Amino acid sequence: MSTSFADAIDEGNTVLSFPELVASLTTKKFDEKAVIIKKIQESEHPQSLIILSKLLDGKIYYKKDDKTVVIADITKKTASIINASTGEPLGQTTKKKLKKVGINNKLRRALNSSIAQLSLNNEDPKIRKSAVVEMFKNMDDEMSSILQKQLGVEKNKHVIKTLETAISINQLKSSVHDDKLQAIESLSNSLYPEVRVALNQLEKNLSTSPQTSQTLTLIETTQNSLKKIESRVGIYKQIENIFFGISLGSVLLLIAVGLAITFGVMGVINMAHGEMLMLGAYTTYIIQLLLPNHIEYSILISIPTAFIFTGLVGIGIERGVIRFLYGRPLETLLATFGISLILQQAVRTLISPQNRAVSTPEWMSGSLDINPALSLTYNRLYIIIFALLVLAGLMLLLNKSKFGLQVRAVTQNRSMAKAMGIKTDWVDAFTFGLGSGIAGIAGVALSQLTNVGPNLGQAYIIDSFMVVVFGGVGNLWGTLFGAMTLGIANKFLEPSMGAVLAKIIVLVFIILFIQKRPRGMFALKGRSADN
Amino acid sequence: MKKLSLWSVLCVAMIAWSSSAFSDTIKVGVLHSLSGTMAISETTLKDTVLMMVEEQNKAGGLLGKQLEAVVVDPASDWPLFAEKMRELVEVHKVDVIFGCWTSVSRKSVLPVVEELNGLLFYPVQYEGEESSKNVFYTGASPNQQAIPAVDYLMDGGVERWVLAGTDYVYPRTTNKILESYLKLKGVDEKDIMINYTPFSHSDWQTIVSDIKQFGSAGKKTAVVSTINGDANVPFYKELGNQGLSAEDIPVVAFSVGEEELSGIDTAPLVGHLAAWNYFQSAESEENDSFIEAWQAFIGNEDRVTNDPMEATYIGFKMWAEAVSKAGTTEVDKVRPAMYGLEVPNLTGGTAVMNTNHHLSKPVLIGEIQDDGQFEIVWSTDGEVKGDAWTDYLPESAVIVSDWADPAINCGNFNTETKKCSGQNY
Repeated sequence: MSTSFADAIDEGNTVLSFPELVASLTTKKFDEKAVIIKKIQESEHPQSLIILSKLLDGKIYYKKDDKTVVIADITKKTASIINASTGEPLGQTTKKKLKKVGINNKLRRALNSSIAQLSLNNEDPKIRKSAVVEMFKNMDDEMSSILQKQLGVEKNKHVIKTLETAISINQLKSSVHDDKLQAIESLSNSLYPEVRVALNQLEKNLSTSPQTSQTLTLIETTQNSLKKIESRVGIYKQIENIFFGISLGSVLLLIAVGLAITFGVMGVINMAHGEMLMLGAYTTYIIQLLLPNHIEYSILISIPTAFIFTGLVGIGIERGVIRFLYGRPLETLLATFGISLILQQAVRTLISPQNRAVSTPEWMSGSLDINPALSLTYNRLYIIIFALLVLAGLMLLLNKSKFGLQVRAVTQNRSMAKAMGIKTDWVDAFTFGLGSGIAGIAGVALSQLTNVGPNLGQAYIIDSFMVVVFGGVGNLWGTLFGAMTLGIANKFLEPSMGAVLAKIIVLVFIILFIQKRPRGMFALKGRSADN
Repeated sequence: MKKLSLWSVLCVAMIAWSSSAFSDTIKVGVLHSLSGTMAISETTLKDTVLMMVEEQNKAGGLLGKQLEAVVVDPASDWPLFAEKMRELVEVHKVDVIFGCWTSVSRKSVLPVVEELNGLLFYPVQYEGEESSKNVFYTGASPNQQAIPAVDYLMDGGVERWVLAGTDYVYPRTTNKILESYLKLKGVDEKDIMINYTPFSHSDWQTIVSDIKQFGSAGKKTAVVSTINGDANVPFYKELGNQGLSAEDIPVVAFSVGEEELSGIDTAPLVGHLAAWNYFQSAESEENDSFIEAWQAFIGNEDRVTNDPMEATYIGFKMWAEAVSKAGTTEVDKVRPAMYGLEVPNLTGGTAVMNTNHHLSKPVLIGEIQDDGQFEIVWSTDGEVKGDAWTDYLPESAVIVSDWADPAINCGNFNTETKKCSGQNY
């Protein structure tokens, strides 16, 4: 089929029926596929859009035996297939009998633009809008007249605005002075990067053309428009930076808040804290493994599971090792460091030394587009909210519950608490379990940001100690402000100095700060501070 | 029948074992980290060597003797690599060593392997600028990976370049070479952005946002990534979340292979690129049987193969052939026997060992697919000869390595001063 298609192109005989076009997708040559994609789009067949978007998703296959092009939904080894050109279901087959129709980046670009053109009349205004945005990149007069027509029937005001922007971009190339001037002025409100590119290009072209009074006004207006856009983009860049800082801060808060309990409240130098994070992340992996069809909810299930599991491990560690070492910080440090190595190697041996894939639920991927210059990623947004919820919950527990009262009593005056009938041993065990459990929850969140592997904990242990010490040992507010300060400082230093130097400067700053205020930002006052 | 052959193998193994008591085996040292941070990559190579040893033994061993693997664990601890190397050569008296991954571990064993006149096969792509008498480099040097990848992107119309890397010797050297290569090709300084991040960096928000801004200047932009190991996952995740797709800004990586992808949800990565000398998806008979043997050896049908495994495979085959050619395992006889040896590589061509101790291999560019495999989208016409010293840095351009030419006979001959620089490597 592919040879006959190549011949057809050579002879200029391009009239191929729709099924023939689809069948010729089996060709191995990417250049030919590009031509076919264009033709499928132009055919405006009802199946066109489906085929093109499935091709983009990598769901188009062909059967190895009779070369029928199919849309396949593959699960493990079996696949249910649908005839691509007719949409008729063809039942089940095995993965081995199918061969994928491969695409490369060039084809992906072509597909995106073809799909955009076919989606201009989509029911969903969001899709219509993004289809128009996709057109920004290659506007010409032909496209502009199509969009003009679209403007006549469009009702949604966001889409209308985008359509006008697209038409204005094309209008910049107009030879009529007033049209040009109007386009430049109307574009000064747009934040799309494509607009800036077009305006910059225009300015460059104008400055090399003969300097008549008309071009001079054009240059001036262009520069003014660009200045206006740049200053707005600058403001949004700052907002974005603050968001990045808060989101880094909330990750630091999450990983440190468990340590704020075990180290801050109990005074145990817990080097195995990082491994509690790791165990929490692995819990997410195992939950996803057990419930492969419920990825969307897996995170929600993982949170309590990880809390209980790592909490139990924490209690085990406290009962088995740490309780014999209270008041001997150096030995606690060494013992917990040993535990951390044991846990790491245990994961390496029992699960695998390789990283494990944890998938991100749909609702956590992508970003919230506030405007073309500012978008906030969903996973970070959720983690900020989640971190604050965890902190609030923990504070409630410590300050309002009976257990919290006992914890505070034991840490402030152990023997007095014992005399009052509090089982200090069990309070210690449960406090350590609580700190570990919270680390486990943080691990669930980390599984959405970074690798799930045996080394996960190592990357975070230093940071969490840094936050707790900087914020003030024994104070959860200190942990919150410590984390946020470090996060925002880091993100404001990073653009100008690079990530490596920013990290060093933050560390030096903390060292100097601790010299001045050895008890951190929020030092405990009163009698409890003496311990 | 099957039972019989099993028995015969067992008998051979018994004989091999009993004869090993009289140290009548050829000992193969394996120096890969089995614990610590690098275990993630290196355990696979240890298993590859073990598989190759087993296959060679099944085929009758070498010089009528059985091979015996001696595995040690340097635990991702660089100075320990040197100690373990000494242990392998002095205590276990191994005849050859397959090992190391990071450049720093290789640099750490170099003085030892040269002092004891050992023989090391190094199977990982690296920054070049080295050629030791006692080391054969079967991974790619920059001209077999980085330069062709940049050429490929340039042909695709890329005009603006982000060179992003982890802050250590391999990315720094590679980026230095690439920067001077790009400038040679007429790329303006303003169109190159260089960025370094610490090891296992996990917060990529700012950098990805900077790349996005850098790429929105109207010129086609690509990222050349020498980001190492664990830092890749959060980097690609952030790219996906901020909506930077491969069609807009492709990322070509030199340290991301099938093995690394098996730990990632690859859906947001589809279309990003990697440059290697081997992909599991390469279509050749050698490759099919290699994959089959590997999955059978490891007992897992889902295990993937990758480029450093192919480099180990080629290195092992070449060493075995050189030993049979030389008729001995003595390093000074095996080394000259290596030069000019040809071994089929797994992508359907032949790998040749050159006198600068680097291989000639093809260069492939692959696009990441959603099943964690690569679709090969481009390859060099023939094999590219590995260059120990790059041509794109003025101080290295004049240096050549040749261990066969009696007039040179060193790894760092300066063609201007006509002298070797004195040090051994």
